[in-house]
Amino acid sequence: MSSTKFILGHFDDPDDMMHGIEKLQKNSIPIYDVYTPMPIHGIEAKLGVKESRLGYAAFCFGCLGASVIFSIVYYTLVHDWPMNIGGKPNFPMPVFVPFTFEWTILWTAFGMVFTFFAATHLFPGRAPRVMDFRATDDRFIIAVDAKGNIPHEDITNLLKEAGAVEIKHNERKYVSYE
Amino acid sequence: MGTHTSIDERYEFSGKIRTWSLIAIVIGVVGVAYGFLAGGDSVQRTFSNLLLMSYYFACVCTAAVFFLAYQYVAQAGWSASILRVPQAIAKVLPIAAVILIIVAAAGLFTTHKVINEEGHEEVMPYLYGHWAAHGLTDPKSEHYDALIAGKSAFLNVPFFFIVIVGLTFLYSLFGHLLVKYSTNEDELGGMFNYNKSFKMSCIFLVIFGFTFPIFAFDAVMSLEAHWFSTMFGWYNLAAMHVSGLAVITLIVLYLRNKGYMQWVTENHLHDLGKLMFAFSIFWTYVWFSQFFLIWYANMPEETVYFYKRWEPEYKWWFWLNIVLNFLAPLLLLMSRDAKRLGGRLKLTAIVILIGHWLDFYLMVMPGTIHRHPGHEVHIWDMYGIQEIFIAVGFVGLLTFFTFNSLSKFKSLLPKKHPFIEESLHHHI
Repeated sequence: MSSTKFILGHFDDPDDMMHGIEKLQKNSIPIYDVYTPMPIHGIEAKLGVKESRLGYAAFCFGCLGASVIFSIVYYTLVHDWPMNIGGKPNFPMPVFVPFTFEWTILWTAFGMVFTFFAATHLFPGRAPRVMDFRATDDRFIIAVDAKGNIPHEDITNLLKEAGAVEIKHNERKYVSYE
Repeated sequence: MGTHTSIDERYEFSGKIRTWSLIAIVIGVVGVAYGFLAGGDSVQRTFSNLLLMSYYFACVCTAAVFFLAYQYVAQAGWSASILRVPQAIAKVLPIAAVILIIVAAAGLFTTHKVINEEGHEEVMPYLYGHWAAHGLTDPKSEHYDALIAGKSAFLNVPFFFIVIVGLTFLYSLFGHLLVKYSTNEDELGGMFNYNKSFKMSCIFLVIFGFTFPIFAFDAVMSLEAHWFSTMFGWYNLAAMHVSGLAVITLIVLYLRNKGYMQWVTENHLHDLGKLMFAFSIFWTYVWFSQFFLIWYANMPEETVYFYKRWEPEYKWWFWLNIVLNFLAPLLLLMSRDAKRLGGRLKLTAIVILIGHWLDFYLMVMPGTIHRHPGHEVHIWDMYGIQEIFIAVGFVGLLTFFTFNSLSKFKSLLPKKHPFIEESLHHHI
């Protein structure tokens, strides 16, 4: 048993990489993930990536933002210290609309950013999880988990046939660890 | 129901839709005839409904020109394959404009006696009586109204017609040019016509942005000439835009159901759904901004508008307006999947169209219909034959003329549009 943990196929062309994905899928080799320097249209569908649940997080953060500011203003302006502003009732609903709306948007936006950072380990102070630095520059990389029963040479050959310019057998999952 | 996949397909205007749109027009004519012949209060009601629907009709057609223009200015690719639908609607704008002008002129030049707020009898035109009645601007007249006299530089009959005729003519002209460039493009190909469309669209958007509020001020806001709101133009812009989008979506869905435009996928529908969703919220934003500032400042000359809409007969409809135009699209179209379902989009578009009919109803009716004090207002006094038949008639007009102009296009696909490939392979 070799100590290789991941096999990375480097491509310098996105079309070759898409071809490589097809080839691996045709041979029933599970793909761990694919890293590209730019978004590639339709790649999620091809890899069968589950639909993002970021929208649900956004909804929850929006509801949270709305209820937080509503409670604060209700407590301060209605319950604790009612004031007469322009002869309006003490609990004027139209007044509550703008800031509730603003806080919904604000918390949705911040919440989504924080959720995204947390899910992708991009939080400040944490080392980003990168399998190969060139994926952030000029290479399109297919990562295959090497722990399966498939012989490593077969995977290497398939990637080469598809047009990989470089194939790495990595013993560590990430280049960087926190 | 066959499937046509040729890019040269032409729309044939025949069958049920043609028959039904003609029947709808006849219903509308019957409604107008009934309204005028019934006499009494019914005449005023018919005029108000005619103004409501002809304004709505002109707004939807103008929204199609607006849609075309910002698609060109944004150099949007996704919409290239559905552009024939807004083009067909834009071609109907001259007809809508003529109807609006006739209704406005008829309402301005025919008069009746009404009891005014002070309890005196007064001779007033059926429409725009608050500023066009005789003697309002004459200091010697007993009807002299200093507020209206102060506004008479803007609110006078010649300038009113300059605005209504001039602006609808300008919008129709730009609509005509954008359609012409697109059909020329089909013959010639190349970027020449596209670049011209881009330039014209830029000019149109600048003109349209500055002038549409004036159009709305004259056509609708001046019905209650003592009141004014600078938000009114944007509020109307939002309403006309979202109802235009709903009409475009409905026609695209109808054509797709009938086997035309098979290149329209759920991705195009998703984009239309996003626009309807977003601009319904934008409508709510401007509606609320107008309401909120007036409510907070609480100045009598401004609150009178909402005071009238808070009377028992309008109060429920005032709230229903928000339910139909804000809550319904918000909840029906919130999720991604909902925007990709034809049935859901169709339902939402119909709700939005009915909702904006109610929205325009609440702009026009309280200012023009004079209720007799002490009389109970029944539901059929608000939504009777005049309302329903005239609305149906204008739906028929829009359907008939739009599909008729759609059938004049040599192909339902602007096949030499530079972004047509992008649109045919649109995927989000």
